[in-house]
Order: sequence, then C-alpha cells, then structure tokens
Amino acid sequence: MKARVHVMLKDGVLDPQGEAVRHALGTLGFAGVGGVRQGKVIDLELTATDRAAAEAEVVAMCEKLLANTVIEKYTIDIA
Amino acid sequence: MKAAVITFPGSNCDRDLAVAFERAGAEVTRVWHKDSVLPEGTDIVGVPGGFSYGDYLRCGAIAAQSPIGGAIRDFAGRGGYVLGICNGFQVITEMGLLPGALMRNAGLKFVCKPATLRVETTDCAYTSGYAKGAEVVFPVAHHDGNYTIDAEGLARLEGEDRVAFRYVDGLNGSVADIAGVLSANRRVLGLMPHPERAVDPAQGGTDGSAVFRALASVMARA
Repeated sequence: MKARVHVMLKDGVLDPQGEAVRHALGTLGFAGVGGVRQGKVIDLELTATDRAAAEAEVVAMCEKLLANTVIEKYTIDIA
Repeated sequence: MKAAVITFPGSNCDRDLAVAFERAGAEVTRVWHKDSVLPEGTDIVGVPGGFSYGDYLRCGAIAAQSPIGGAIRDFAGRGGYVLGICNGFQVITEMGLLPGALMRNAGLKFVCKPATLRVETTDCAYTSGYAKGAEVVFPVAHHDGNYTIDAEGLARLEGEDRVAFRYVDGLNGSVADIAGVLSANRRVLGLMPHPERAVDPAQGGTDGSAVFRALASVMARA
C-alpha cells in the first residue's frame, strides 16, 4: 500500500520561499501569478494492507514527525 | 554545575558550548545522540547549534526524535534546565519544550553577523546576571530563525514575561523581534543568537559569559 502526504504551511502563515518564487516568476514575465505557496510531498511505501489502519498510522506519522502542526497542515492520499 | 552537551551528526557548536560551560566552572560531559540516558546528576542540558541531521525534513525535527531526545524531554518534564542555542532552539521547539516554531528567515538569506539584543527579563537562571533592558552583542548565524507563534501564544509569552531576548534592530522577521523564549517554568531557554561564541575576547566580545556565570551561581545555590 502506498501513501502520499502533502505538507503545506497553514493558511495565514507567511511563506517567504513561496513569495520569492512568485517574484522570480514575475521577473521571468509570468505576470498572472497572484500567489505561490510551497510545500513538500512525501511518498511512503507501507506494508499495511488494511486501508483504514494504514491511514491511521500515517496520521500518527504526520502528527509526530512529518508535519510541524504549529505552522503546517497535511493531507494524506492512500493508494 | 554538571552540564551535559549533546552532539548530533551535524552539530558544530558543541565544543564551543562545552568550553563556555567549563569556563564558568561546570563539569561537562559530552553526550552522543544515540545515547538514551543523560549522565547521573546532570543539572543542565546544552543543545548546541549546527545542522543536526543535515536539517533534513525540518530544522531540528529528526534530532527531536533521536534516542537522546526522549531523555531530554523527560529531563525537562522533571523540571530540569535545558539551554537550546540556534539549531538547539529549533530542536527543543520541535520537541515541544517551547511553544511556536522557527521558520525560514523572512529575507531568505543566511544571516551571519554580530546582533545587538535587549535583555527583556532577568527573572530566570540564564539572564539574572544582566540588568533588565541591557543591550548585549551575541553572534547570530542561521537561515531559519524566524520565530513564529500565533497571537494567543504571543500574548501568553508577553504576559508571563517569557521573552528573554529581543533583536534591537530586527533581524529575521521573527514575531515581535523575539530572539529567545523561556518555558512556563522558566527553566528551558531557546535562543537563536550564540552566547557561547561571546565568552572570550578573542571571539570579539564577552557579553555571553554572564549567561554561563549566572547558571553556575544558581546551580551552586541549589
């Protein structure tokens, strides 16, 4: 079973790196970019075969390590 | 005073921190990240600066979950003193010993220079050797020192007099120019600037010595 975790800064937390990317895109002539938010994608290969159990385990991983929930939010896709 | 200074793979201020403690009269034990217990009788744990685990995932995140990390968390939970400097501040914040988080500097640049700080409180073992409001110069060298906390958390820190140091001229975009914060029991201090790099005239200044001297005098009384 595979899981893909997206970690993004929470809404309202300023993303200086995303802002820098937005400026760089403007410099390249892409005028239509109103905002950029940068995050992480983490792919996990799991031995679990039960979908619900796998999801519960990945939630625990996110809470303990993969995301800093003070400033970050996460979404989990199980496939 | 018995100090334990932790070394993670990628720590680079561990020796400086050990020397700073020793100069204040401490008996220092160097502790490896794979150890799962602190030396018997440890009074204070020093978590040094550097780039623990290559800053992988997030600065300090992996170190916070290392074998010694659990021992440090338990030690702090029993009321032990923990000093986290620079990457050490990131590590102990990731452990949950301090509120908030440290983000990429607002200017996106690694900032490496002497920084003027204001001592905001003298009500803790770390800053009792300074005058309240005194300005001191400690070196800073970091990329992720932009301290962030929500409005409620900030109000609590300010209300409980837990901001230990503030940048006088701003530096990295941190909320309320915060450079260092204390835990609720005032025994855990995390700060981005490096007092241990300001304990010998050859380092360009000695403003940091008072932190270690104050700790030694508090531990001697205990």
